[in-house]
Amino acid sequence: MSRSADSRGAFRRIVLLVIASAAASATLAAGTSPRFGFGKPVSEADLAAWDIDVRPDGKGLPEGSGGVMGGEAIYEAKCASCHGSFGESNEYHVLAGGVGSLKSAHPERTTGSKLNHATTLFDYIHRAMPYNAPQSLTDDEVYALTAYVLYLNDIVGDDLVLDRESLPKLVMPNAEGFYPGVGFMSVDGEPDVKAPACMKNCPMSGEETSSLPESVRGAHGNLALQSRPLGYIRQGESTAEVQAAVAGGGATAVAEVAPETLAEQVGCLACHAVVGTRKLGPSFNEVQARYQAEAGARAMLLAKLEAGGAGNWGEMPMPSVSYLPATDRERLVDWILSTPATGATP
Amino acid sequence: MKDSLLTGTRIRPAPENHLGEEVIQAARRRFMGGALIAGAAAVAAPAVAAGGETLDIPDWTRQLGPGVGTYPYGMPSRYEANVQRRESPGLTRTKQSSVSFTPLQSLFGIVTPSGLHFERYHAGLPEIDPAQHRLAIHGLVEQPRVYTMDDLLRLPSESRFHFVECGANTAMEWGNSAVPTVQYTHGMLSCSEYTGVPLKLLLEESGYDRKNGKYLLAEGADGAALTRTVGIDSALDDAMVVYAQNGEMLRPEQGYPLRLLVPGVQGISQVKWLRRLEVGDMPWNTREESLQYADFMPDGRYRQYTWIQEAKSVITTPSGGQVILEKGYHQVTGLAWSGRGRIKRVDVSVDGGRNWREATLQEPVMSKCLTRFRFDWNWDGGPALLQSRAIDETGYVQPQMNQLREVRGTRSIYHNNAIQTWKVAKDGVVTNVQVS
Ligand code: HEC
Ligand code: HEC
Repeated sequence: MSRSADSRGAFRRIVLLVIASAAASATLAAGTSPRFGFGKPVSEADLAAWDIDVRPDGKGLPEGSGGVMGGEAIYEAKCASCHGSFGESNEYHVLAGGVGSLKSAHPERTTGSKLNHATTLFDYIHRAMPYNAPQSLTDDEVYALTAYVLYLNDIVGDDLVLDRESLPKLVMPNAEGFYPGVGFMSVDGEPDVKAPACMKNCPMSGEETSSLPESVRGAHGNLALQSRPLGYIRQGESTAEVQAAVAGGGATAVAEVAPETLAEQVGCLACHAVVGTRKLGPSFNEVQARYQAEAGARAMLLAKLEAGGAGNWGEMPMPSVSYLPATDRERLVDWILSTPATGATP
Repeated sequence: MKDSLLTGTRIRPAPENHLGEEVIQAARRRFMGGALIAGAAAVAAPAVAAGGETLDIPDWTRQLGPGVGTYPYGMPSRYEANVQRRESPGLTRTKQSSVSFTPLQSLFGIVTPSGLHFERYHAGLPEIDPAQHRLAIHGLVEQPRVYTMDDLLRLPSESRFHFVECGANTAMEWGNSAVPTVQYTHGMLSCSEYTGVPLKLLLEESGYDRKNGKYLLAEGADGAALTRTVGIDSALDDAMVVYAQNGEMLRPEQGYPLRLLVPGVQGISQVKWLRRLEVGDMPWNTREESLQYADFMPDGRYRQYTWIQEAKSVITTPSGGQVILEKGYHQVTGLAWSGRGRIKRVDVSVDGGRNWREATLQEPVMSKCLTRFRFDWNWDGGPALLQSRAIDETGYVQPQMNQLREVRGTRSIYHNNAIQTWKVAKDGVVTNVQVS
């Protein structure tokens, strides 16, 4: 084991609970034929690859088995890099620790401390983990990993082996830690908070109990650049900041698209490839290769974009694009002249 | 180059640090004096707006612009580029299970442009080929069925406007003011016109078990294969299997080509990339309704299956992180919504909740949909504490932060629908505060 079994004291006893086999068999409304009948009838067998959900009563658990012993190696290989060898990493969600702490003054909210049904752990690992390769685990591996994560939480001993019979019978330490929020479950549910609609001299002192802590100021970047710079109410932490943002270009600065995107947007790429084969006009890396050493190339190309014309590459003329703002034409020509022959944008 | 501060016409880009303090101050004086001035960094360019200045003919009036078809799928003006979904730094550790917030402060009316609808993924953005996508309906049904998109598009459809709000919207504010702007306090909220097939119709087609079929499991086709339990009553009431949003097919970020929409219910239940619906007789206690998306209560237990998003409202203008540049008339405007139905009334207070006046509701006012409210205000240049309070058709009144905390404490993460306070300081700077 990656961790000596007795380092955390004696194993907890596995408490078994026999859940009465749930849910009377479905009584199906007989003989209602569909109005449209679109879609294809399908058998539950054909749905098997998708039908992977597992309920608290164990319905949906597959054949197979796996235990803590086998789980360790799989966990180390496929889970530990993100969740830590002991499930202790808080990089994503802490998987282990804090069991029994939720009602204390310092609740540790981990997967193990919150978990109310072991079936949920199985179901989730099965459908979504490992994060980088979901649904790549075998059923046996999922049983083993479920056992191992419970073991990391000291909920079970290292000899535990799980299968579809035993898994739903495990009672989690936090089994009673959840209750349905009935008031939130239907439109006419009873709200838990009832506030009066007071209109005059209401019991509010106006006392400021909290404001944005100094420590988080600036954490969200320059607010002035996160809203449109128009109107008499603008975003920014001060008038000066609003002003500076406007003077500094406001939206324009961040609005600038990459030259290749611009070329796409204004239609150049309909006739020019950036790299490679000639379309109606030369590819831009051909243009670059031909002119990069020429002194007057920039001015010449700017003039060509303005006036259009043929002859440098063939009979087909380049149309005038004088309608584009001069700054855009300059950006395009500068980009074309600096586009490396590989085509990577500078 | 024609520059004007107030018309937002082209401003020469210049790094902020090229501006000396005196330039900023001078610009500020002219600005605050009401004169419409050229951008501080621009060299003596005439402004284009009214107010005693000479109007000039700008470049765009002297040119032939790009032709029709230049933008086969149109984009907002480049001058709107600041208006973007943004992430809250440090909130999540992985881009694939993260959230970006809708810039509510920059939006008008009630519809969220599809490209600005907030994002929340659990395993990144799947790229789904609609021709290969399938929806299975099975479980306690007479005949399990699999639908292609072709089948679904053939079924009778409906279009309705509804909001979608993440159950964790405003989560960062449970303990104290934590984030600067309404984008981050309330931006896991969007509203669209959705088109799809009523779920009731699909359930009836399947011959679902009316006696024992009390719950539905909805599952996504993304790498999280995300699952949530949905109550059959919501499913039969107004839920839809949706393929279109604001007139076009769903955006990939919103579940292309198919998502579940359970109006008024928290975002996590609106399962995106929907591939499977299973009818059952008990809730599933999935990870997304136990380990996550359950409300931690002061007694150390979790409240589960908290579906409904209760009535809530927020002022979007003026709001945190903004500056009111001049005294006098300003329209206060914001959004109100309720997962229990229509908004009946919105009140606005400018003194931190001591005294209230009724705001005007902008039509249309629709059920489980954003409602825009507006309120005329003359800012006298003094300090103010702005609040809005929504009341829905059930009579439920949006609570103050302390009323909510009395019952739920500060650690529940989800379902913070408290009244938001924006403090206006004498210099016009608006910040996020909490008051008692
Ligand atoms: C590449 C990193 C990575 C790997 C490898 C990985 N996980 Fe995860 N795990 C995550 C992330 C990220 C989440 C949260 C996903 C979300 O936000 O929906 C998560 C969530 C979980 C959860 C849910 C925790 C909770 O309380 O909600 C469990 C259980 C889990 N992982 C188990 C495993 C197991 C078992 C393995 C090995 C088979 C594994 N993980 C491999 C990144 C990883
Ligand atoms: C309708 C097709 C078409 C479009 C659209 C088009 N071009 Fe061209 N372009 C051509 C052709 C044809 C030539 C070759 C002209 C020649 O032989 O002199 C050319 C040549 C050029 C050249 C080389 C000029 C020279 O004299 O060597 C540049 C640079 C260029 N185009 C840039 C652009 C840019 C930038 C755009 C978009 C703003 C654009 N083109 C849009 C067809 C087009």
